[in-house]
Amino acid sequence: MFRNVLGKTFRFLGYTVQYGCIAHCAFEYLGGIVVCSGPSMEPTIQNSDIVFSENLSRHLYCIRKGDIVIVKSPNDPKSNICKRVIGLEGDKVCTSNPSDFLKSHSYVPKGHVWLEGDNLRNSTDSRCYGPVPYGLIRGRICFKIWPLNDFGFLRASPNGHRFLDD
Amino acid sequence: MAQAQGFGRRYIKAFLKGFFVAIPVTVTFLDRVACVARVEGASMQPSLNPGGRQASDVVLLNHWSIRNYDVQRGDIVSLVSPRNPEQKIIKRVIALEGDIIKTIGYKKKYVKIPHGHIWVEGDHHGHSFDSNAFGPVSLGLLHARATHILWPPQRWQKLQSMLPPERKPLQREQE
Repeated sequence: MFRNVLGKTFRFLGYTVQYGCIAHCAFEYLGGIVVCSGPSMEPTIQNSDIVFSENLSRHLYCIRKGDIVIVKSPNDPKSNICKRVIGLEGDKVCTSNPSDFLKSHSYVPKGHVWLEGDNLRNSTDSRCYGPVPYGLIRGRICFKIWPLNDFGFLRASPNGHRFLDD
Repeated sequence: MAQAQGFGRRYIKAFLKGFFVAIPVTVTFLDRVACVARVEGASMQPSLNPGGRQASDVVLLNHWSIRNYDVQRGDIVSLVSPRNPEQKIIKRVIALEGDIIKTIGYKKKYVKIPHGHIWVEGDHHGHSFDSNAFGPVSLGLLHARATHILWPPQRWQKLQSMLPPERKPLQREQE
């Protein structure tokens, strides 16, 4: 009787560890479902939309310009932010606000990316804290799951003029 | 014949089952608890790699102790290089967020470490690519804390958390 209970407990623990580890690998290397909050990516992603993010392209280093990525916040490693990649290393980016009269430009340093929200007027992004190291990128958002009427791949950036081709 | 087939099938089944248990458990353990890594380069002399080019140390990296990003001044940590995301670097933590530090050859002489950042330096000043070159690094790049030297056997030791006295921060954050 006692042995039976003990055996069951151990089997249960083993299964918990096993499935926990499988879950960790899936979330770390394949991807997961993320709930976005905040206004900074409107109109592409509204507040409390549910999206699917994949982590393979981070490990394979194939993040491209225009992708929407989930990044660890540079000022607070425990929170994640969701922004669009505007420039990769070596690209020329516009660092000023769209309303500013004088335009200022700079180059993204090696190993960094330049991130901006789609809602330029209400977004804390690289214009505020500068380029972000690539190592902080967690994953790339590929498609939206919820709301259902907007299911599918994400739209292109509404701020196409922010991409500078040099 | 049928028996042989059954045996083969059972063997494959057992193999697959072991495969699906062993690989995720191993990967998770290496990602979350601890792993070992070989240290290359002279930037942490004399704490690591004192022999120079001939001998490179193998260190134990503890992931579990920094799961909440709490590091102390003087700890040896490994982090993802801000300049090259494919590379990991191993450095000593000199200052935490809020500290004011006198730099060695950075573009500003005194730096206040911003929120969520740390200042890391190699022990071998002048031969180390550290915060004096790329500035404060974000805590999110932190990878693990080095706790022991495992190899070569005669150098087996616990790594001490020690802050060089001349590199004390000028002003610590009020705690």
